[in-house]
Amino acid sequence: MTVDRRAFLKGAATGGSAAALASVTAPGEAGAFARPSKPRPTQALGLLYDSTLCVGCKACVAGCKDANDMPVERSRDQESWNSMVTPEQRNQVVRQVGDTQPIWDTPKSLSGSTLNIIKAYVHGRAEVKDRAEDGFAFIKRQCLHCNDPSCVSACPVSAMTKDPDTGIVNHHVDRCIGCRYCVWACPFNIPRFDYDSAFGKLRKCELCDHRLAEGELPGCVATCPTGATLFGRVDDLEAEARRRIALKPGDTYRYPRGDINRRFGPYTPPHEKVVQAAYQPEVYGDRLLGGTQTLYVSAVPFDKLGLPHGPHIPDRMYATETEAVQHTLYRGMILPAVVLTALILIARRNVDRHHTEAEED
Amino acid sequence: MATNEHAPLGGKLVTGPFLVLFVVFFAAVIVLTQRFAFGLGSVTHLSDGYPWGIWIAIDLIIGTALGCGGLVMALMVYIINKGEYHPLARAGLMTSLFGYTLGAFAVLIDLGRYWQGHNILLPWLWNPNSVLLETALCIFAYIIVLMVEFSPAAFERLGMKEARRKVHRVMFVFTGLGVLLPLMHQSSMGTVAVLLGHQISGLWQSQLLTLHFLVTALTMGFAVVAAESVLSSVAFRRPFETRILSRLAGIMAWVMLGFMVIRYLDVIRVGALPLAFEPGVQALAFWFEFSFGLFAVLFLLPKGNRTNPRFLFLGGMMMLFSGFLYRLNVYLIGYDAGPGWTYFPSFGEILVTMGIFALHIMLYLMCVKLLPVLHTVRSERRQRAGAGAPAE
Repeated sequence: MTVDRRAFLKGAATGGSAAALASVTAPGEAGAFARPSKPRPTQALGLLYDSTLCVGCKACVAGCKDANDMPVERSRDQESWNSMVTPEQRNQVVRQVGDTQPIWDTPKSLSGSTLNIIKAYVHGRAEVKDRAEDGFAFIKRQCLHCNDPSCVSACPVSAMTKDPDTGIVNHHVDRCIGCRYCVWACPFNIPRFDYDSAFGKLRKCELCDHRLAEGELPGCVATCPTGATLFGRVDDLEAEARRRIALKPGDTYRYPRGDINRRFGPYTPPHEKVVQAAYQPEVYGDRLLGGTQTLYVSAVPFDKLGLPHGPHIPDRMYATETEAVQHTLYRGMILPAVVLTALILIARRNVDRHHTEAEED
Repeated sequence: MATNEHAPLGGKLVTGPFLVLFVVFFAAVIVLTQRFAFGLGSVTHLSDGYPWGIWIAIDLIIGTALGCGGLVMALMVYIINKGEYHPLARAGLMTSLFGYTLGAFAVLIDLGRYWQGHNILLPWLWNPNSVLLETALCIFAYIIVLMVEFSPAAFERLGMKEARRKVHRVMFVFTGLGVLLPLMHQSSMGTVAVLLGHQISGLWQSQLLTLHFLVTALTMGFAVVAAESVLSSVAFRRPFETRILSRLAGIMAWVMLGFMVIRYLDVIRVGALPLAFEPGVQALAFWFEFSFGLFAVLFLLPKGNRTNPRFLFLGGMMMLFSGFLYRLNVYLIGYDAGPGWTYFPSFGEILVTMGIFALHIMLYLMCVKLLPVLHTVRSERRQRAGAGAPAE
């Protein structure tokens, strides 16, 4: 009886402390003190990128440049055959302005001139598409339009804003002071600054909201031939993504193209395709770092595609931590006011004492 | 009885060391001309992976911590010492003023769109969630407070007795602000890095950064005061003031010990300690930082050491290196932008940082010679001019 009671108490105590411990140290979250995550707006718009559908044609890269009127960018090691460049110059990237306009666009990564890019994952002999070992896969990189974006939290002058309805993260260049805190803070490394100009601009994908306003699809979606980049309401895109990750190799699926909700752009019929590689059993963007409005599905693990993924990535954005600290310390400016009053009182007493001493001296 | 008499040192302004400093400063100006004509990329190694380089990490984040001598001096004079004047208070204030002004100057040259920099002063653009906004505004306000705190020296020099009396009457308000503002923005510099999340190694990333940056501002500020105190007593042959300093050293040794215990327990708690044994720059920087801190505690914790100027100086230096490296680790070395990105400052960036520090020393030399900054030692008034000024 006593033993039972002791065992019960012991069990309760251990369970209780374990629960208490778990509440402050969820895996990957290191016991942080945080505000709740901001939810995705219900009518949020976004993209679903399916790496298994992407053929790496880069039509979306060109489509993005056209839609956003971005300059052509050329890697020096992709010069014309008869150009004269030194080996040193081959590794540089030229962003042409003025008279030396390059003929074709070969950006290496996102930049102040490139808001969207297709990159490749390559392993070993790179024989089979969508395979991690000795295979390759494509990944589209552009703004993920986070549910709880750190760039919006970071920007001191409100140059980054999140639309309350569409959830699109916009950049206002007329406000931007070029401090590049957003560049530093973005966990996806999306905002880019133009370091090669005396009057550089910061740029990032804004989901072509200027085209959406005219009923058109974003440049990258409008040009995608396979539907690898699909546009629509994020909730509907997420449901679509869940249907896809449930597919097995050999299944046939009708993949929609353009806008899954058929509201923007011309109607493009779906196409049928046999699933070749097994999808990763996860939709990227549903929870990590607070969730995003660009979703990814892939057959290759997401960390291999250069996306932050793994047990060390929490389910909320780090802005939940900084803002919790900030708004606790400075709530109503009460704490600073109390400290200041105390300091002023002490200083006044001591200055007075010092003053009388100095006069006597 | 302590007095508040100060006098300019006088002497020749342009000396050999001054000329060397000027050459460094002039080279920095040339680099900056290029930066403003052709953009940041033309002189720096900044990239979208490493958008913040040494101009932020060293000139601002570390430079302003070195400028916390004024904060520590204010705490020492008004809190611990109950208003008894410290002979170095005015010099400490001046170093803070320069440290902060030059830190702000570094931000200005680093701002990619500096011509819109005034936007940060427009309340309708303020983002209350931005830790950087709070930091920037506090630094801006603190520079103004430091100017007011230092103004008596200028008023004395210009013979504006009435102005000096008036500013003295409201000085207690500025003294209070002069403690509060650095406490606010120094801690926020830690919170700024919390937003980086997993991009900063677990050896440094922690929500305690807010606390750690506050503590390192105090330890580094103290180190500067100790170094300035010891060096100026040697360089200008002044009697050494150990009483207040050794009391403060005792407090700081315990603060440092507490900081280290909390910091390293936290590293163990998040399970990041194995990273310290993975060979590489980060592990090396971690152990160097740890060793500096350990030596600072070992030098300053024994009571007998604290009255010895040599141990005070060495302990202060260790504290300074520890804080310097800690902040560099958080902002640059512990930061990983991901595959494909690397950063090492360009020659131009290093030159500008050196130029800013050179400007600081030049301003210090000019001010102690022209303005009543250093405390008068009656018997030893009129020291040899230009004799090695206290280094930062």
